[in-house]
Amino acid sequence: MSEHIVSPKIYLLIFAALMLGTGLTVWAAFQNFGKFNIIIALGIATIKATLVVLYFMHARYSPKRTQLVIVCSVFWLAIMLALTLSDYDTRSHETQPGEGRLVQPAASHLFSA
Amino acid sequence: MHRTGELYGHFQTLEQQKESATFGMWIFLVTEVLFFGGMFLAYTINRSAFSTAFGIGSNTLDITLGAGNTVVLIMSSLTMAMAVWSAQVGKKKLVSIFLIATLALGTVFLGVKGIEYKQKFDHHLIPGRGFDMKYHPTHPMAGDDLKELALEKEEVDKAFAVDPDINFHGQLYFSLYFGMTGLHALHMIVGAGLLLWLIKGSFAGRFTPQYNAPVEIVGLYWHFVDIVWIFLFPLLYLIDRHR
Repeated sequence: MSEHIVSPKIYLLIFAALMLGTGLTVWAAFQNFGKFNIIIALGIATIKATLVVLYFMHARYSPKRTQLVIVCSVFWLAIMLALTLSDYDTRSHETQPGEGRLVQPAASHLFSA
Repeated sequence: MHRTGELYGHFQTLEQQKESATFGMWIFLVTEVLFFGGMFLAYTINRSAFSTAFGIGSNTLDITLGAGNTVVLIMSSLTMAMAVWSAQVGKKKLVSIFLIATLALGTVFLGVKGIEYKQKFDHHLIPGRGFDMKYHPTHPMAGDDLKELALEKEEVDKAFAVDPDINFHGQLYFSLYFGMTGLHALHMIVGAGLLLWLIKGSFAGRFTPQYNAPVEIVGLYWHFVDIVWIFLFPLLYLIDRHR
């Protein structure tokens, strides 16, 4: 079993795609897509990260065992994000301007100018 | 420990040794994903609770420096990948060249980050006593874009009129900004140290098509740090640019 060598041509292609993604995400940030702005930004970032993992980090050519580790890391991250965010989302807390705070700032007079 | 050349006694072949090392690095990176994941989570929750203050804070960041740094970091990932390739095909001189290029680009990134931090100190945007989001718009400095600053002032004044707690919530944004970019920078510094060690090895001609595991696994680490920035850049710099 010999290792797979990724050619410089593929590296350059991926690099070009990452540059394109960076330009695209900056452009998209200045457009008003309403609540889709954040979805577009995170979508592009996720695609860029996937390209880095698959090609720069050779995940595509790695043993199944390594690929399993990568999938697991994403899975556990998803558990952490989903459960915590659903908890925050379904709890009531006042964050009305001027009155509500997630944490009561006991010493806020020290910090605000 | 018993060792024959670069092969340690508890492995049978260099290939098996490299696979184990790579696997170990991936396991470490899983812990890093969850470590940074926690910070992204804290950021998301606070941002959704205090979106006005976070938007203003985000708009004070310099998008040119941020985007430029993104390009620099992705380029450093390319040179790192090329260093791995050079080792795999046995071009010993190229390994050194690409590793040095990676280190140079990483240093440029840290330098630009330093310039950005300095700016935040000058603008009174460091959490703690003296923090004031109104300070910079009313105290222009040399080289400031006055039109941009007037927009910022208008935005800040409007926000303060609605919510007098903006300065308090703004500190949350900047605490997270410095915490996340600071930890990212710390990872870059560790990576730069690892690169120095690799460069020393490559000068000694240590890395060959048979033995290149150190280049490969430091490469994995370097690319991971790149990925963290790929998410940090849009989240910190680009959240409220459309106005």
